[in-house]
Amino acid sequence: MTSTAAPEQIRRRRSLFGTASLHGGWRSAFWFLLPALVGFVAFYLYPALRGLYISFTDWNLIANQGSWVGTDNYERLFNDRQVWESLKITFKYTVINIASQTILAVAIAVLMDRLTKSVTIRGILLLPWLIPNVIVALLWVWMLDGNLGIVNDFLGLFGMDPVRFFTDTGKVIPSLAGINTWRHMGYTALLIFAGLQTIPRSLYEAAAVDGASERQMFRDITIPLLRPILALVLVITIVGSLQVFDTVFVATGGFGGQPGGPANASRVIYLYIYQNAFDFNQLGYAATISVLLVAILLTVTYLQLKLLRAGESDLA
Amino acid sequence: MAAILVISVFPFWWALRTGLSTNGDLFAGEQSLLPVGYTDNNFERVLGTASDEEILESLGRENTGSFDFLQSLQVSVIVSTAVTIGQVAFSAMAAYAFARMRFRGRDKLFFLFLSGLMIPPIFTLIPNLILVKNLGWLNSYLGIIAPFFLMTPFAVFFLRQFFLGISREVEEAALLDGAGHFRTFFGIIVPMSAAPLATLSILTYITAWNEFLWPLVVARDPARQPLTVALGQFTAQQPGTSPDWSGLMAGTLLAALPIIVIFLAFGRKVVDSIGFSGIK
Repeated sequence: MTSTAAPEQIRRRRSLFGTASLHGGWRSAFWFLLPALVGFVAFYLYPALRGLYISFTDWNLIANQGSWVGTDNYERLFNDRQVWESLKITFKYTVINIASQTILAVAIAVLMDRLTKSVTIRGILLLPWLIPNVIVALLWVWMLDGNLGIVNDFLGLFGMDPVRFFTDTGKVIPSLAGINTWRHMGYTALLIFAGLQTIPRSLYEAAAVDGASERQMFRDITIPLLRPILALVLVITIVGSLQVFDTVFVATGGFGGQPGGPANASRVIYLYIYQNAFDFNQLGYAATISVLLVAILLTVTYLQLKLLRAGESDLA
Repeated sequence: MAAILVISVFPFWWALRTGLSTNGDLFAGEQSLLPVGYTDNNFERVLGTASDEEILESLGRENTGSFDFLQSLQVSVIVSTAVTIGQVAFSAMAAYAFARMRFRGRDKLFFLFLSGLMIPPIFTLIPNLILVKNLGWLNSYLGIIAPFFLMTPFAVFFLRQFFLGISREVEEAALLDGAGHFRTFFGIIVPMSAAPLATLSILTYITAWNEFLWPLVVARDPARQPLTVALGQFTAQQPGTSPDWSGLMAGTLLAALPIIVIFLAFGRKVVDSIGFSGIK
């Protein structure tokens, strides 16, 4: 790396003075960048700015226009109990997900590390993650069905009463989190597994010589050295969970149910935004709630990466 | 470990078993690991080749809700293919410019692209929908494909990482020999990056296939709904009592089949790409 640094700096300096260097300048880069630049401006940059603008209007999709209403939407946001209720539901879903997914994934990764490096097994574990959310939701709605579901029959073997996974207001969020955990545990395990491969075996050997127990090694070697990958996994899990939509929409919206039901017990923030935009035709207000969600997502990401000192492993 | 593998695979088997059963036998409440009242009519029903008697036999009642599976399959295939070709090609070109060319503001522009990763889809959903509506692209392939066709920040980032790792020597020799950037890119960089380009293509195809929210709002017309949306709508129309479980499971499996086939064929690339970056 160091050997190429010097000529790169020279080139950069030269191009700053406008002389065409070996590597071009804007004139040659332009055509390479043009399609992506158009895509970025049209579908990322402009919509992001426009979304911010729409959050200050009373945009109506049928009329397809809106007028400036100042901070009305934001005032409404802070007084809208539904928003805070949705956030509470979303946080509950997120917390359950983090707990179940991370613990399971670490367990699977450690098991794989001990037992097998087989690509086939890793492939099987990854499969649920590649299947569309919609399909995963349908598979599990059937298996968790209150009357005919196999899971309830299974629980019945242990003398348990049938559980109304999707029609009980207290159970619907844990059920949805369970479905998501099934879809993501293999993927998360593979990320952690990749992290485990970076830990030098010599550390464990040395610890074993010193008489450390398995549990001590896990606590004092594995976990600290996995910190960067764990931070990454946590960010992905949290950011993904805060944006859950497909699973909720399909699993609770089918078979005569209302999306977000029963009794709005699973109305996560994404769904509330969707309803405001497309059921209540209040796109301005929906955009305002999205701004709040973006603020939460950015804060979470920033805090996590800071707190967990993601960039550095204790190896360094 | 074995238990985990069983849990990962069992729902697929259960869907297959249900798809091969008749609704009548399912509702009789018999639970067995094998199909109850074995029939392949459900798959024929989904594909639209079942006769009225076969429908009655497997469904156990008159057909109420249905959707055109083959029509939606066609939409899913067209959308996913177009998105993959466009996104991978254009993102690769941009990634090459970011990895290899020198121009003013390059790093700032790249950082701006990367910040696109932080924008949650819901935030751009509403403005994008308004844009697509103004362009008259609602209920059209153009509208469903457009936001994913020209780039995603992830694709640019993913490929730039690979291009940075390619030795400069071959490329500089070509440039000094008077080959232009286009010839260098297509003649040297693309062939040398076949593996990461293939990996990205597979991931992009699967992501496009799985997309739900965007086509849900853009394509209200059933003739332009991909499988994810059509299945979701079909489920929403099903009655709360005695829904068509066997037909639904048959359709669900068929909709997942292309993904499973791609995965069986190229699984190794996908597995190996995990750990490269957690973003995807």
